Amino acid sequence: MSAATTRHTSQGSGVVQVTGELIATRRVGAYHHLTFVAPGLAELARPGQFVALAVGGDTSATLLRRCFSIHKVSPSGTYGGTVDVVISAVGPGTRWLSTLRAHDEVDIVGPLGRPFPLPTEPVACVLVGGGYGSAPLFWLAEALRERGCHVELVLGAATESKLFGVLEARRYGDGVSVTTDDGSAGTKGWVSDVLPDVIRRTSAAVVYGCGPMGMLKSITDVATAEGAVAQVAVEESMACGVGVCMTCVMPVTGNDGATRMVRSCVEGPVFRGDRVRWDAFVDGVCRVPADTVGAPRVGGH
Amino acid sequence: MSVRLGSVTLPSPMMTASGCAANGRELARFFDIRELGAFVTKSVMADPRSGRGTPRMAETPAGMLNSIGLQGPGISAFVDKDLAWLKQAGARTLVSIAGNTSGEFADVAATLRSSDAFDAVVGVEVNISCPNVANRGLVFACDPMASAKVVALVREQLPRDTPVFAKLTPDVTDIVGVAQACVKAGADGLTMINTLLGMVIDTDRLRPQVAGVTGGLSGPAIRPVAVRAIWQTRAAMLEGRLPTVPIIGVGGVRNGRDALELVAAGASAVQVGTATFNDPNAPVRVGRELAELLQDKGFERLTDAVGVAHGRLA
Ligand SMILES: Cc1cc2nc3c(=O)[nH]c(=O)nc-3n(C[C@H](O)[C@H](O)[C@H](O)COP(=O)(O)OP(=O)(O)OC[C@H]3O[C@@H](n4cnc5c(N)ncnc54)[C@H](O)[C@@H]3O)c2cc1C
Ligand SMILES: Cc1cc2nc3c(=O)[nH]c(=O)nc-3n(C[C@H](O)[C@H](O)[C@H](O)COP(=O)(O)O)c2cc1C
Ligand code: FES
Repeated sequence: MSAATTRHTSQGSGVVQVTGELIATRRVGAYHHLTFVAPGLAELARPGQFVALAVGGDTSATLLRRCFSIHKVSPSGTYGGTVDVVISAVGPGTRWLSTLRAHDEVDIVGPLGRPFPLPTEPVACVLVGGGYGSAPLFWLAEALRERGCHVELVLGAATESKLFGVLEARRYGDGVSVTTDDGSAGTKGWVSDVLPDVIRRTSAAVVYGCGPMGMLKSITDVATAEGAVAQVAVEESMACGVGVCMTCVMPVTGNDGATRMVRSCVEGPVFRGDRVRWDAFVDGVCRVPADTVGAPRVGGH
Repeated sequence: MSVRLGSVTLPSPMMTASGCAANGRELARFFDIRELGAFVTKSVMADPRSGRGTPRMAETPAGMLNSIGLQGPGISAFVDKDLAWLKQAGARTLVSIAGNTSGEFADVAATLRSSDAFDAVVGVEVNISCPNVANRGLVFACDPMASAKVVALVREQLPRDTPVFAKLTPDVTDIVGVAQACVKAGADGLTMINTLLGMVIDTDRLRPQVAGVTGGLSGPAIRPVAVRAIWQTRAAMLEGRLPTVPIIGVGGVRNGRDALELVAAGASAVQVGTATFNDPNAPVRVGRELAELLQDKGFERLTDAVGVAHGRLA
């Protein structure tokens, strides 16, 4: 275990802040797959939860944490508990993470957010991943199969190099479908093109989704039309990941039928797809629907 | 490290900053919130508010821009749920309040005063850095008269021994003038500074990056502005242009040395805001670092270091 590992958290709070030592980093298609030693985190984590990583080192001017779905955890590896994430290097923080080398250290907070809810009965499930959104699904597949569920995977991306985990998928799913926008692998098209068939063929009761917001909306539409429940892990811009800044909100309808701007880091990232107000998202912006509790009034704020 | 703020003595000068710590439950997962001198809550208004659409933030060099739009549950739900929780957790609470009109500030203070959990309140921070709807959206704290009116109305609603702190904006030409107006109207202390108005343009889409178009700039990038504002106000106190009242320093504090800088400029207590997003333990960690630094420098009490730089001009 890394000597530099520190731990600051209140006991029993379900979350830890640890200095994670990177022990493996490898390229997978367009992504970087990173394994950190993160004592205490693995034991607490469930599929669908995420971690918030500090980037740039101790004196970095890049203050905000970067959030990543947990790809998998191993509670008792040779090095102590480990956590794996799959990173797409798009901006300064993710690029910094992608250049780390073995034994570099990163401050990790996690596990965060609510996990995917698991069905109580052994029903058929379809797991749909877009790009790196596939990362948390294999671990979920394992948990579902342990409960006797039939598991089908549908993996999609713009192009072959942006698919993640197609080879692994055969091991975790009873059936795997692949789509790419450009036809470089699997069926040419979107996951929503093949999804109705998969749901019908398996009589799936639950469709789990993780990927870009537009994809999650179409997964929800297809699942609803086919009589299945959609559970989707969303990705909103997050500054803290722990529920204190209010930057990551989305309009979600509650049990009482009222829409509220809820924090996707603590009430999500997994939501029932039919509860999300997809109508509010347009071109990278999410407006506050007029019927939201406390929505701005004309002449008000 | 105990400090006296008006009629209240706190065991530590460290506080969370309003809007950077939610209302207690979230940070309680990381540290015991009783370790703080006071827990400062998100500014609460009269009615529930959804806040603005998203994106609500943009990262900037050593800081960030936010346009949350004062999302909150409204004062009734706040006292029933959040303040009640803070009370049972044993947190000394500095409640931040806001309003669209000066009357709304007074109503919020009155509801707070009559709540069952009011004994958890060690003070009220009046966030006058929000726009005044009656005055074409001009921020209260940009106008000494408007600031004084809010402070006076809030002061009337609260018991004499509940300290009232006015939270000032740095976006003015004369912050001392606004401070004078607030103290004259009954403020027992000043919190400075709130965020600076800023703007970021998304250069991929060539459009404003946050849904609110402009937003509040915070983080280490603004610390020199906070130090200057505290310095100027403290200097006015030393020159007798302003009665001496405690200043709560806030703006860009990330470690003990940053906190000491605000203290040396004249702050008696320190709030940690944006740095909490980087390190959820920052509000208590900074307190430990500050205590060590003060000891290393031979200060027996925090009070001895407050404004110390004023006597040591280079
Ligand atoms: C719950 C969750 C799970 C995620 N899982 C993964 C994953 O498994 N693999 C992966 O590659 N990416 C994942 N992301 C997206 C990832 O967090 C962003 O791509 C990353 O933060 C961008 O940082 P940057 O420095 O490269 O970009 P910048 O644009 O410079 O980031 C600036 C700020 O905006 C935030 N931000 C920017 N884009 C996003 C975004 N798309 N989502 C959330 N915050 C954003 C950053 O966290 C940072 O605070 C996930 C996001 C969330 C919310
Ligand atoms: C996301 C966010 C929300 C904030 N909300 C409030 C608020 O509700 N009321 C308030 O008085 N200040 C609010 N502030 C300002 C902070 O309390 C603080 O004055 C400012 O951020 C400067 O300190 P910092 O650099 O340590 O963050 C907010 C700041 C941020 C970053
Ligand atoms: S990311 Fe800060 S509240 Fe969700």
